[in-house]
Amino acid sequence: MNGVQDMGGMHNMGPIVHEANEPVFHEEWERRAFAMLLLCLGGGHYNLDMARRAIELMPPAEYLDTSYYEHWMHGLEVLMAEDGSLTREEIDARVAQLAAAGVH
Amino acid sequence: MGAHHHHAPPSDVRIRVRAIESLLLEKGLVDSAAMDKIVETFEKDIGPRRGAEVVAHAWTDPEYRKRLLENGTAAIGEFGYTGLQAEEMIVVEDTPKVHNMVVCTLCSCYPWTVLGLPPVWYKSAPYRSRVVIDPRGVLKEFGVTLPESTEIRVWDSNSELRYMVLPMRPEGTEGLSEEALAELITRDSMIGTGLPKTPAEVAA
Repeated sequence: MNGVQDMGGMHNMGPIVHEANEPVFHEEWERRAFAMLLLCLGGGHYNLDMARRAIELMPPAEYLDTSYYEHWMHGLEVLMAEDGSLTREEIDARVAQLAAAGVH
Repeated sequence: MGAHHHHAPPSDVRIRVRAIESLLLEKGLVDSAAMDKIVETFEKDIGPRRGAEVVAHAWTDPEYRKRLLENGTAAIGEFGYTGLQAEEMIVVEDTPKVHNMVVCTLCSCYPWTVLGLPPVWYKSAPYRSRVVIDPRGVLKEFGVTLPESTEIRVWDSNSELRYMVLPMRPEGTEGLSEEALAELITRDSMIGTGLPKTPAEVAA
């Protein structure tokens, strides 16, 4: 698909930030996200091609402004909804519930 | 890019991931212990030490080197390193005339089983966009300057096919064991954005 993800040769994306002794994950949510992605993949809810397609259908501006694991979480949400396993409404309701309980 | 400017505040991402995790747990679609195990595996077991082992072996065993370049998947499989994101591996060899670099311009395909999860820069727009049009400039940002006469080849990975670089063995390492050689082999030298360390650099 000819989308923003096809970025080979694009100009002006800025300097490459190389972090010395970079950890495997930077934040706890990245650990949890990665593990969920693999388990739902292993559970047969989608395959890697479907996951990539879901990410490539992100709005371009959003794609450019979010990190790797956010892309994958976007893909997970789309695919689990398509699969009928988890709806956006359920997620939104749980987010509201957690926020109300003071989780951040 | 990426980690450095999130559109959504980080707290929104955290809470959304937590919401999804709690729902998937309740539905029995993921298991907490299995999640912990995956994280532990990728933080402790799977990483570039594996690739370094493969490269050090290729440096010391010409027959293995031949097998590795002919059929990367099978030769890496001899170490038991098989599976997700390394289904089809091609190993490309640096020589005095050719320097190889690996990218995935379309996403972030990377040989997980031999190098672990990719660093943030590998997944970032600046690297993915630029390395294919200005590999020398990118190398310079990584502190590597090659002779003008060295040809640079950039290999664009995809979900079916992944590359690893077999860097050149540094001079002055003739007497070193495979284990000592593996210490010289950095992650970046197997992506092509770096060179192996010299014994003096390791000692420093």
